[in-house]
Amino acid sequence: MNQRYVYVLAALLTAIGMSIFLFKWQVLGFPLTKDLEKPVWTVEAAIRFDSGPGSIKVQLHVPTLTPGFRMLNENSVSRGYGFDLDYGSGGREAQWAIRRADGSQTIYYRISVYEDPRVDQSDTTPPFPPLPVINEPMKTAVDVLVADVREHSADTASFTSELLQRMNDPSPDPNVELLLSGVESDADFVDVITTMLASARIPARMVRGFVLAGRQRNAKLVPWLEVHDGDRWLYFNPQTGDESLPDRYFVWWRGNEDLLRLEGGSNAEVDFSIQENHVEAVAIAETNAAQHGARAVDFSLYSLPIRTQAVYAVLLMIPIGALVMVIMRNVIGIDAFGTFMPVLIALAFRETKLFWGVILFTLLVTLGLTIRFLLDRLRLLLVPRLSAVLIVVVLLMLFISLMSHRFGMETGLSVALFPMVIIAMTIERMSVVWEERGAVDAIRAGFGSLVVAVVAYLSMGMQWLEHLIFTFPELLLVILAIVMLLGRYTGYRLTELRRFKELAID
Amino acid sequence: MFKTAKKLRAIGLLGLNERNADYIMRLNPRRLYPRVDDKAITKELALAAGMAVPGLYGVIAHQWETRCFADIVCNHESFVIKPAEGSGGDGILVVTGRSKRKRDMYRLASGVLISEDEIDHHISNIVGGQYSLSGRRDKALIEYCVHFDPVFADLSYQGVPDVRVIVYRGYPIMAMVRLPTRASDGKANLHQGAVGAGVDMSTGITLTGVLDNAVVDEHPDTGALIAGLQIPDWDFILESSAKGYEVTELGYLGVDMVIDADLGPLILEMNARPGLNIQIANRTGLATRIARIDEIYEAGRTPAERAALARREFNSAPVPPKVISA
Repeated sequence: MNQRYVYVLAALLTAIGMSIFLFKWQVLGFPLTKDLEKPVWTVEAAIRFDSGPGSIKVQLHVPTLTPGFRMLNENSVSRGYGFDLDYGSGGREAQWAIRRADGSQTIYYRISVYEDPRVDQSDTTPPFPPLPVINEPMKTAVDVLVADVREHSADTASFTSELLQRMNDPSPDPNVELLLSGVESDADFVDVITTMLASARIPARMVRGFVLAGRQRNAKLVPWLEVHDGDRWLYFNPQTGDESLPDRYFVWWRGNEDLLRLEGGSNAEVDFSIQENHVEAVAIAETNAAQHGARAVDFSLYSLPIRTQAVYAVLLMIPIGALVMVIMRNVIGIDAFGTFMPVLIALAFRETKLFWGVILFTLLVTLGLTIRFLLDRLRLLLVPRLSAVLIVVVLLMLFISLMSHRFGMETGLSVALFPMVIIAMTIERMSVVWEERGAVDAIRAGFGSLVVAVVAYLSMGMQWLEHLIFTFPELLLVILAIVMLLGRYTGYRLTELRRFKELAID
Repeated sequence: MFKTAKKLRAIGLLGLNERNADYIMRLNPRRLYPRVDDKAITKELALAAGMAVPGLYGVIAHQWETRCFADIVCNHESFVIKPAEGSGGDGILVVTGRSKRKRDMYRLASGVLISEDEIDHHISNIVGGQYSLSGRRDKALIEYCVHFDPVFADLSYQGVPDVRVIVYRGYPIMAMVRLPTRASDGKANLHQGAVGAGVDMSTGITLTGVLDNAVVDEHPDTGALIAGLQIPDWDFILESSAKGYEVTELGYLGVDMVIDADLGPLILEMNARPGLNIQIANRTGLATRIARIDEIYEAGRTPAERAALARREFNSAPVPPKVISA
């Protein structure tokens, strides 16, 4: 009965801990490893124009659905303009308006995005496009080409590929030549293709965006072709007909509408510049979570002041030390003084580093023990004797610090951070055991404490673990569950196998 | 490694974790601990239940009372000083006599003479809590020093051998004799170097011995064979230890008894966390016997009935004849 409660509780704790952990990791994108930096691109659109006499209204297409990218933030810099974000037929539009402006004007729109492969095109399925109205002789050319391409293709994808290949043929047939006669830019070309696809009743649209790479000024918009196969949107390279999307292609807007609409001004031009920065993945995850209003982040340790964070980074590792302690004591069965003394010694090792920590600890305990035995001759009462040992330990620390400073070893200075009360207690316990059970038992338990402390230190010092626990403190619930399960571990301890080995010989 | 564990499991060996989690925590409620942890209370309860205990000469509970020590012991040639809340035999001082010339020099079981000053210091250490389980203030008990039965004369080096009986839910399930050695400084505690010898529950005859987790046939100091010794008053010992359950209400209990030459078996102390080495001494596991008791358990049996049941249930196989190498 009792046993079952422990299992249920442990399962519950694990479930809670793991589900929060998985949510933060998978959904909010908190990184599992430290120092994980993600590139973040800031794309800036600078809109320049000469103001007219009356009110001015500027409309700019801005990114809406961006497969492969997630928006970190966006903002606009425009003095005196009213700013608004709206949904138009082609997606989101930024709108600036002002009653009156003088001279040449510049408006900036800035968006920061980072790569996130889980962001997918979640657009609705478009209706079949209406048959476009095309004038002769174009119409015949389109009809002939479409019929011919249909002959040589199986589905939407192969149709589009085939069509694009014909249109890009270096020695085009007369029909293609006729259709491309008015084409001046890549965008015009894609426009023609969408028209032809529409006459084959295939929903298609032009997308325009940037290939994000490094730092770019006057970044060029790259037109691409999007075709819907009834299921999802496919991307085609309009130059080759391959079904592909360039690496890090960031979609700015869709459709054949103009990028910019300006009322009440003239000589408008838009200039894009791109910049790549590196931002810590944790920061991105936090912003992301804040946008989604995830409660979990309100309790994130990263929201604490940096100094407090540093303290918690250490404190949160104590459960790891405790877990090590439980395993060493109850599963392996190593003798040690006190329940948590080794964990506290391990904490002290953080300051001195392992090698010096072990040496200083051994030195202090040995010297302290010697003096404790000398004190024993004086027949002091228990509490005064303990206090005397404590004072001696403090003096020893002082002495060691001064000596090491003289010899130019700065490590000795950090000895002061050793928990002297713990050391005094160790000395006292050890001397009692020494007297009562002999040197062997005392040294074995002292050595055991040191071993546990070293293992605890090594586990508590694992950087990835520290980051993991700090970013996902809910994992402590899992550790709690493990400790509870170990609390019901009734199997043999490893050292017992040795102790009772005589009985297993039969 | 797993093979060893499997073998141990097969003979029903009880491990520390299992002892703590399944028996001590379940059967020994914390509130009952003072009954065994404080030997003064144990003595009182045992006396009230009509059990035989070593006589108490005096209790020193405060630092300033240490000066009464000489008055307490003035009429006793030998005595034992022990902390009321001591554990594992720590802090016990056995005084067997005094110096012929100086009355304030005491002779310890080991033959060493120590001064009254040193004893006073020892008593103030006890009162200060150096040997108590929790480091709290403690009391020093000064009591009758057992003159042990000559039956053990060959099998102990100074000190007093004692009989430890494990009592599970009132039923004695395993026993051993603990024989002091030179290494144990006359103390009967296995971890201090005493020899433990298993005892056949049905007859009260000793089996092989164990020293520091290893099986031994002879006493390391006297060279006497350990096995085959009949413990006197075995019936009485089993019944008394079974009665320990009524006294303490602890379901998993270790009862330590000494056999006095004049007074017979006396209850020395009881223990809520008896050690597991008894299994090596008896070459068998406790878990099997515990399981058997759980099978035949019936409430309302008297201590005598339970002792009789234990004698019937747990007869060990006879000791195999020893092969004497040429």
